[in-house]
Amino acid sequence: MSTTALLLTLIFVFIPIILSKTLGLQLEKDTVIATVRSTVQLLLVGFVLKFVFDSESYLFIFLMVSLMIGAAVQNARKKGQQIKGITWKLIVTFVLLEVLTQGILLGFKIVPATAQYIISLTGMVIGNSMVLSILFLNRFVAEVETHRSESELILSLGGTPKQAIHRQLIRSIQASMIPTIESQKTIGLVQLPGMMSGQIIAGADPLEAVQFQILVVFLLLTTAALTSVCLGLLSYPTLFNERMQMIQRGNDSSDE
Amino acid sequence: MTIWEKVIRLKSETTTRLYEPAIHFQKVSYKVKDTEILKEVTGSFPKHRITTLVGPSGAGKTTLLKMCNGLLSPTSGEVYVEGLPLQDISPIQLRRQAGMVLQNSPVMDGSVYDNLSLPLRLQGKELSEEKATDILNQVGLDRKYLRRDSRNLSGGQQQKVSIARTLLNESNILLLDEITSALDPSSLREVEELIRKLNEVHQITVVWITHNLEQAKRMGHYAWIMIDGQLVQTGNISALQHSDDPSVERFLRGEFK
Ligand SMILES: Nc1ncnc2c1ncn2[C@@H]1O[C@H](COP(=O)(O)OP(=O)(O)OP(=O)(O)O)[C@@H](O)[C@H]1O
Ligand SMILES: [Mg+2]
Repeated sequence: MSTTALLLTLIFVFIPIILSKTLGLQLEKDTVIATVRSTVQLLLVGFVLKFVFDSESYLFIFLMVSLMIGAAVQNARKKGQQIKGITWKLIVTFVLLEVLTQGILLGFKIVPATAQYIISLTGMVIGNSMVLSILFLNRFVAEVETHRSESELILSLGGTPKQAIHRQLIRSIQASMIPTIESQKTIGLVQLPGMMSGQIIAGADPLEAVQFQILVVFLLLTTAALTSVCLGLLSYPTLFNERMQMIQRGNDSSDE
Repeated sequence: MTIWEKVIRLKSETTTRLYEPAIHFQKVSYKVKDTEILKEVTGSFPKHRITTLVGPSGAGKTTLLKMCNGLLSPTSGEVYVEGLPLQDISPIQLRRQAGMVLQNSPVMDGSVYDNLSLPLRLQGKELSEEKATDILNQVGLDRKYLRRDSRNLSGGQQQKVSIARTLLNESNILLLDEITSALDPSSLREVEELIRKLNEVHQITVVWITHNLEQAKRMGHYAWIMIDGQLVQTGNISALQHSDDPSVERFLRGEFK
């Protein structure tokens, strides 16, 4: 793409700004911020990736992956502040997921162990895992609050914390996994996945792009399942104290 | 020892046994942030007896009841169950020993049978049809309800299912929170009879929160009156007849809700 062509794409930024101005949507400022941020961030990533790819050093790959996980944790933790130690729980989840998926991909030589593959696939896995974590945490916190009396009932009948929170946990895991599964049912029919489109535009053979997309689809199923299950199992114990009581909202004393 | 001495001794033994506390509160306070919900409550629920617990809305009755089976712990003070401090009893064991029927009696999704079998399923056991039917009959519902969806039951029927469910743990203490509020007069009598029978035949200790002063007088051997987080009066059921404390007297005359 030439520089003029790239500059012309700014038309796509002016359209929403003009619409926002005329209709009083008050979204001009956010649109400008989003535009500047995405441009700067993507350019930066472009340079960094070029550097990492050229260096072919595993240290840089490692740093890059750590950076991605760090950013994902930063983003997702805001949604789970009610859960104690959410930062660590997210780190454990993302690292586990990364190790497992890359272990399988590289261990079975499904993809070559080059920076291009590792970093792109990590980006997709961790990015999706982050979105899923946010979905899961939102849902889980809401489920726990609305079904507090059910949990209390199970505890009062002599159930364990795990039994008391089981339904809420299952419902939140399901709810966060369903969008991934559903969107994959219609993949290719309604919209072409961004990654595949990118590859095709860049000149790849569509069939090869499709093969790779299939890999990604399967990978994201594992991502969805593992993220919500892992985060769920790590999170539920923090809702109870050692006396098997549900920690009360806004009560500092009952968590001893 | 003459026969009379024996009788007297036996009698005094039974009297002391009757007054032995099943649950004892020692200077129990409960605070949430800066609000004191319970203020230094000291008192006992006698063993094998029915104690009715009354008081205006927001007095802290439910909060206190939840301390009897360790759903809540006091912020200060101590609760003793059968002489043992609460933290020395495993929560699970305590909650099976002291069964609770909650105020809003939530029924879980699924059939009535699913609800009744819950206490046993939590222990990895199964509930037989006969036992389920038997317990249903005891709360005044017949066998045909077993397969009914519990969400479609009336409020009163749900309340009965919830009582039956707690009874399946065969606890020796029953903690009841407003369990007859949704019942029609005839069901109310049935449930009262059932609780009285459990107390008389099986010697189950009962702590019963109720808004209905008549019910409290009818059902209780002992009474606790709580107002504003404090235990303001306790003793024999006649405690509900009259009080020298003007605010308690106003509550007993129904002038203060
Ligand atoms: N977790 C909590 N956080 C804040 N306030 C609470 C909490 N639990 C109870 N309270 C407050 O403590 C007071 C006592 O509550 P409780 O439910 O024990 O009253 P109650 O005597 O059972 O009332 P009712 O007869 O209406 O059921 C109420 O004012 C309630 O709002
Ligand atoms: Mg209450």
